[in-house]
Amino acid sequence: MSDPIPALPTVDWSYAPSVESTAIVAIPAEQGLWIDGSMVESRSGTTSTTINPATEEPLGVVAEAGEEDVDLAVKAARSAHDSVWADLPGRERAKYLFRIARLLQERAREFAILETLDGGKPIREARDFDLPAAAAHFFYYGGWADKLEYAFPGIEPRPLGVAGQVIPWNFPMLMLAWKVAPALATGNTVVLKPAETTPLTALEFARLTAEAGLPDGVFNVVTGAGATGAALVAHPGVDKVAFTGSTAVGKRIQESIAGTRKRVTLELGGKAAHVVFDDAPLDQAVEGVVNGIFFNQGHVCCAGSRLLLQESIHDAFVAKLKDRLDLLRVGDPLDKNTDIGAINSAEQLERIRRLVAEGESEGGERWQPACDLPERGFWFPPTLFLGVAQSHRIAQEEVFGPVLSVMTFRTPAEAVEKANNTPYGLSAGVWTTKGSRILWMADRLQAGVVWANTYNQFDPASPFGGYKESGFGREGGRHGLLPYLGGVA
Amino acid sequence: MASPAVVEPLSRPVTSSAIRSFLGSVPTVDEVAVSERVAYLATRSIKHASKATALDLAIRMVDLTTLEGMDTPGKVRQLATKAIRPDPTDTTIPSVAAVCVYPTMVPHAVAVVAGSGVHVAAVATYFPSGQAPLEVRLADARAATAAGADEIDMVIDRGAFLAGDHLKVFEDIVAVRESIGSAHLKVILETGELATLDNVRRASMLAMAAGADFIKTSTGKVAPAATRDVTLVMFEAIRDFHDLTGRVVGMKPAGGIRAAKDAIRYLVLLRETLGVDWLTPDRFRFGASSLLNDLLRQVRWLREGRYQSDHHFTKD
Amino acid sequence: MSRLEVRKTHKLFIGGEFPRSESGRVLAATDADGVVLARVARASRKDLRDAVESARAAQPGWAGRTAYNRGQVLYRVAEMVEDRRSTFVRLLAADGRGAADLEGEVDAAVDRIVWYAGWADKFAQVVGNVNPVAGPYFNLSTPEPTGVVGVVAPEVPPLLGLVSTLAPVIVPGNTAVVVASGRWPLTAVAFTEALATADLPGGVVNVLTGGADELVPFLASHLGVDGLDLTGADRSLVPDAARAAAGNVKRLLVDPPDDWWTAQSPYRILAFSEIKTVWHPKGT
Repeated sequence: MSDPIPALPTVDWSYAPSVESTAIVAIPAEQGLWIDGSMVESRSGTTSTTINPATEEPLGVVAEAGEEDVDLAVKAARSAHDSVWADLPGRERAKYLFRIARLLQERAREFAILETLDGGKPIREARDFDLPAAAAHFFYYGGWADKLEYAFPGIEPRPLGVAGQVIPWNFPMLMLAWKVAPALATGNTVVLKPAETTPLTALEFARLTAEAGLPDGVFNVVTGAGATGAALVAHPGVDKVAFTGSTAVGKRIQESIAGTRKRVTLELGGKAAHVVFDDAPLDQAVEGVVNGIFFNQGHVCCAGSRLLLQESIHDAFVAKLKDRLDLLRVGDPLDKNTDIGAINSAEQLERIRRLVAEGESEGGERWQPACDLPERGFWFPPTLFLGVAQSHRIAQEEVFGPVLSVMTFRTPAEAVEKANNTPYGLSAGVWTTKGSRILWMADRLQAGVVWANTYNQFDPASPFGGYKESGFGREGGRHGLLPYLGGVA
Repeated sequence: MASPAVVEPLSRPVTSSAIRSFLGSVPTVDEVAVSERVAYLATRSIKHASKATALDLAIRMVDLTTLEGMDTPGKVRQLATKAIRPDPTDTTIPSVAAVCVYPTMVPHAVAVVAGSGVHVAAVATYFPSGQAPLEVRLADARAATAAGADEIDMVIDRGAFLAGDHLKVFEDIVAVRESIGSAHLKVILETGELATLDNVRRASMLAMAAGADFIKTSTGKVAPAATRDVTLVMFEAIRDFHDLTGRVVGMKPAGGIRAAKDAIRYLVLLRETLGVDWLTPDRFRFGASSLLNDLLRQVRWLREGRYQSDHHFTKD
Repeated sequence: MSRLEVRKTHKLFIGGEFPRSESGRVLAATDADGVVLARVARASRKDLRDAVESARAAQPGWAGRTAYNRGQVLYRVAEMVEDRRSTFVRLLAADGRGAADLEGEVDAAVDRIVWYAGWADKFAQVVGNVNPVAGPYFNLSTPEPTGVVGVVAPEVPPLLGLVSTLAPVIVPGNTAVVVASGRWPLTAVAFTEALATADLPGGVVNVLTGGADELVPFLASHLGVDGLDLTGADRSLVPDAARAAAGNVKRLLVDPPDDWWTAQSPYRILAFSEIKTVWHPKGT
């Protein structure tokens, strides 16, 4: 070797904070409910304050809708359906949805910042994934509104009526789009209940629908917590219930509508297996596994929370995984360089802590990279549990946080057996260069979505939904229209 | 990550089947996933002090290059002068790492940079095609070192690689390594001709096993030249090789990197793949020419808060 | 004193640009009473040759875009046509129709573009599918665009007919060379101006004004054109064109619809799509 350049000390190149300004966002100090095309005070008189989980600072006061409020919203939706929406030609419904999509694109940055403030997810994600995906969903379903006769040969497409939709806090705008877009495209009207910790983007979206000229009552928002959701689901004026959330609540909903004529779709929890074979493209598999569980702080129903490693590559893979975790940037969600943001609420943080403590007490080996976590706010470092067995609770229960359980397998059949050995069945991942093995595994995995050599890919054209206790019904794609159409079952 | 002793991955004399086995153990690469990782890291927002650090580092990593048939002693002397003092109005701007020229131009570069700390790299081995008999290519390399080059950028035999004659590719590199004495060896893979990321990964491992001090993407004479996708794959190969053998190999993307913003993206990729230990000209270089002025432009923008014009930066 | 207006020059639309005909010829565009409104370029076979080359060069890029992106671009074409409503109404009025008809044609044309825009990312879901073959194989059929398609736009309705023949061609990723209405060409020129501001890549759509009788034979016989829509062509041109098209087995659409006002169908998209079927075994 030649004489080296005079040795300079290693550059400690840490990125300066690059914080997105919140100047373009204006949050009303107090907001009501969106019913029949305008913001109205709730009859219940109960309110709650939504906070920024990264700082615990209050953001604004919102209403907690009671039964009377829900009733008003459902009546408004019914009236709009009967007098305006159901009979509107599909091409006109389509154009409303295209307008909404365009407005979402125009105001995407504003909505992304609001989403990050209210929910804690990194601005980079809200900006580059959540908002573009939400707009794309409206575009996609807008285009189906006047083509329904081509979607399912042999049926006369007609709407169901009023859809009562309850969505979670992990992807507020995207979950709103997944529910509202197909419902409106097919001629239904909507009463939406956003999650109690993330009401702000839904309320801003309601105002956006007015900007788009959407007729009054077609889209309504009732904010609140579990009781509001239960009231909406139970309301006799609701023809169709759509719920995304925990399996426990999903079961209660299914019970509560049993015997009624209400149609229901449920998108519930998961405990997805992420299978990596010895011939996987290893570095990309590491990336995929990391993305699969740490994307969105692990607040993802389809998170790849059980890593099933072919035993022959376990040590090498885990070493790469640990090195990769060391590079994850946990911190201020408004910093554009943050990879992992805040846990959504104190309640969720407590749940994660409890399950991790249990995991340790069961004998799992916990590993976490060194993390500088802020003082205020709700934070949890990315966490690995090594040496996990199927019989460990940490391998069975959905944590809904940045916690990955690592297990091994020997053969494809054993991988399938372990992957399917759960009441859940939402998603699965497979890494191998062998095409035939991908297809063989995909055939046998009891999961509604199988990702091969990738993970957490979503597209409005691609159906998403679970097997078994991860729920039923599909969102996305042609199949995503079925839950909102009459005459199909 | 470092091991105490360096391990030779392939024992000499190397056989064709040993190489086949070695390359067979190299993991495959998924190009969609690579492209997504590169795109993700391109969203890193490098501002203020971290931008200033990156710009300074990038300048110190430039191999300022001229490789034209029409190069003359005058041209090379002027380039070499700029290499030492990139910005005559600002003495805080450091020198670049090296100048990179054809072997016949080496003496003219040496005449200017000797003693300044700036290295003289010569492209050799019948650059850029490498399509000449081994003796000719070795003579080319020896001539360059004899003229004073302390770094040699060689090209691999892409034809042999694509035809599956990996042993030949390996032996060529070993022969060049042995012919250049203590000069530092960069091995150009010409990733644009290798076409697939699997080939890039395998060629990287092969070059390192054969003794490369640096692996380099391109000659700059073929499109595409350097891309961040192939760079990421080469970083991953370097990481694996280091884990396997304990030996540190550097990396140089060359060709097509004109904007400071792009250079900073390469540095992000470097930092978030190989780590801060690799943020040094000993382990990373940019093969570039017009990049230098854009780096200077960005340094001034940071300092003055106003956008710059070409008039205020010397061409050479 | 009234203000003198600046009159528009009407040119061809090739490769995203507006060249005059290489032949230097022009054609008068007249209203229903024969009054000359303007001159348009009279395209020659060489202009047609250039248009086909442009379309060919643009085709891989256009087909390589995501379906979502193509849908977005088409939606923007609709935005641009809607924005130029008054221009179109004025130009369409040349044939002497009443205002309601004119507004109705613009409405229908914009809505039709939007309709086809919405097909871009759904078409494959309706015409493609997995095939349940009798063996351990994954078998998938998907549509792909045919390539460069020649379109002879109907004389009437000038705007709606053009949209109805052109939109389904470009939705799946084909590029087009259009022979515009000879009797009412000004609408087609205004339409190209909408295309040019819609983020449509150059060469995806190329529009030639001029004599269909002169241009169609060269379009039909051109071995670099993969498909041909003759549904808008004068019937007298069809037999020779159809025969010439056989020279490179062009995919043909021949029969005009009963009524251009209702002529929209995903099967017009299918007419210029190929179905590719891929097999792959399933095994450990």
